[in-house]
Amino acid sequence: MTRTSDLSELQSIARTVRRDIIEMIGAAKSGHPGGSLSAVEILVTLYFDVMKHDPANPAWPLRDRFILSKGHAAPVLYSVMAETGYTPKDQLNTLRRIGSIYQGHPDRRFIPALEASTGSLGVGLSLGLGMAEAAKLDKSPSRTYVVLGDGEIQEGQIWEAAMYAGFHKIDNIVAILDNNRIQLDGWVKDIMGLDPLPEKWASFGWHVIEVDGHDIVALQAAFAEAEATKGKPSILIAHTVKGKGVSFMENNPKYHGVAPTKEEVELALKEIG
Amino acid sequence: MAAKYELKLGAATREAFGKALVELGKADENVVVCDADLSKSTFTHLFGKEFPNRFFSCGIAEANMVSIGAGLASSGKIAFVASFSAFVLNKGFEQLRVNVAYSGIPLKVVGTHSGISIGEDGPSQMSVEDISLACSLAGFTVISPADEVAMFSLVKQAAYHPGAVFIRAGRVKVPVIYGPDQKFEIGKGIQLTEGTDLTLISTGLMVAECLKAAEKLEAEGVSTRVIDLHTIKPIDRDIIAKAAAETGCIVVAEEHLVDSGLGVRVAQVVTETNPCVMEFHGVNNTYAESGLPEEVLEKYKMTAADVAVTARKALARKKG
Repeated sequence: MTRTSDLSELQSIARTVRRDIIEMIGAAKSGHPGGSLSAVEILVTLYFDVMKHDPANPAWPLRDRFILSKGHAAPVLYSVMAETGYTPKDQLNTLRRIGSIYQGHPDRRFIPALEASTGSLGVGLSLGLGMAEAAKLDKSPSRTYVVLGDGEIQEGQIWEAAMYAGFHKIDNIVAILDNNRIQLDGWVKDIMGLDPLPEKWASFGWHVIEVDGHDIVALQAAFAEAEATKGKPSILIAHTVKGKGVSFMENNPKYHGVAPTKEEVELALKEIG
Repeated sequence: MAAKYELKLGAATREAFGKALVELGKADENVVVCDADLSKSTFTHLFGKEFPNRFFSCGIAEANMVSIGAGLASSGKIAFVASFSAFVLNKGFEQLRVNVAYSGIPLKVVGTHSGISIGEDGPSQMSVEDISLACSLAGFTVISPADEVAMFSLVKQAAYHPGAVFIRAGRVKVPVIYGPDQKFEIGKGIQLTEGTDLTLISTGLMVAECLKAAEKLEAEGVSTRVIDLHTIKPIDRDIIAKAAAETGCIVVAEEHLVDSGLGVRVAQVVTETNPCVMEFHGVNNTYAESGLPEEVLEKYKMTAADVAVTARKALARKKG
């Protein structure tokens, strides 16, 4: 795989990933475009720059772990895994079809390189804590990255995990909150508001870093800050735009879980460029 | 036949579980244990005292504990999580399904204080549905040892068993059935007595009650076979089919809701192999209550005398 810290290269990869997402979901005629598009820069920065991993050796014990706890954003994960060489690129458009390795939500029975099968919200952070604790026991440098949705943290188990990580000072885990402010039924603030977000996490003992989740340079700096923070777990509260990169999907609750039509796919691809 | 079992009171199966963990921990530094603020009751505190860095105290948060255990196991640890059966299965069920069963993670899950024999604490702590829940997790192995000897051996085997395992343990001291040299094999039931008229099939603490019931029935001239199904899933089809063919009459006794536990699983095998007369003895569509364990067991008909009553009913049907 190509590793790079170069901004223009990472931006170019992000564009490819956005195209993949639109094409995959368009072909599948179902899926979750909004929350996939909002997490593109987060996953591209992690997979191509920040994380230590080896697609040729997915079971490498010292690898960093990645969990997409918001499993419905599977298309963005599938795209970066294909672009980094874990899985075949030419099958991306089989998303959600019977027998496809690209299942509706990430499923490690079909892609063994996945650290976790996800899709039921709220459980990924705890799972990541188990991996982080195992790394500590083994004195391994492995770090664990868990991407959460903002709607997802309405789940109670998230706060059990938050409490555990803060109390036990699990500093080899990083949560990334994709704060796109929209969940299936509408705006988070209207359904079960989360404010004040940074204060909530800080009060649970986390080092909180607020960041523009589409600014790759800012994300790189935030991940470096998290790695340098000892004795505390870190969370990036990544301010993002749901549907980012496609004008008619941006900030539109409709595209949480609705696929673009054929015409919309063409329009979207033109916009992404 | 059943009289050969002295059935002297031994340790609770939860205590044997705790001791087995310590032995496992000494032999293998890869063994780790998680508990949710019940370590003194589940006996995982023995492991925690010996190996504090491999013991994860998760607080009163069973869902988090199960997922953390799954994370440890997926990173190559031999991970046990333990709590009361009622809590680890009911509060952790979603995590057991998604992070363990569906994800194919070989976590070892131990639920203590199963059944109604917990006694004084009452139904909120009792687990009369844990066999049902554990068996409904695809790929899980479900084990329910009858005494301390079985528990000690089966915990140690479970640690290295491929795949996820649930082990059912009890709170109260139970009679010792097995000698120290008894061999146990996951998935293989144990025939404790010969018999040609009737078979009593059971698991957990009801196995000893079935042995006592068999003694009563033998005195009445009924040749009674007793089988301990310490592994409920995968179930030992051969031992059940053979009992059905050779005795033509089976009673299943369990400290669990009667319509969703061991009995229905035995019945499935019987109907698929050698259909015969069956009766089912268990907790009938209700929750029990507080009291001394022996009082609760008596009131809810979990004694040898009660099993014998059900057995006579089955025998009468067999005779037609």
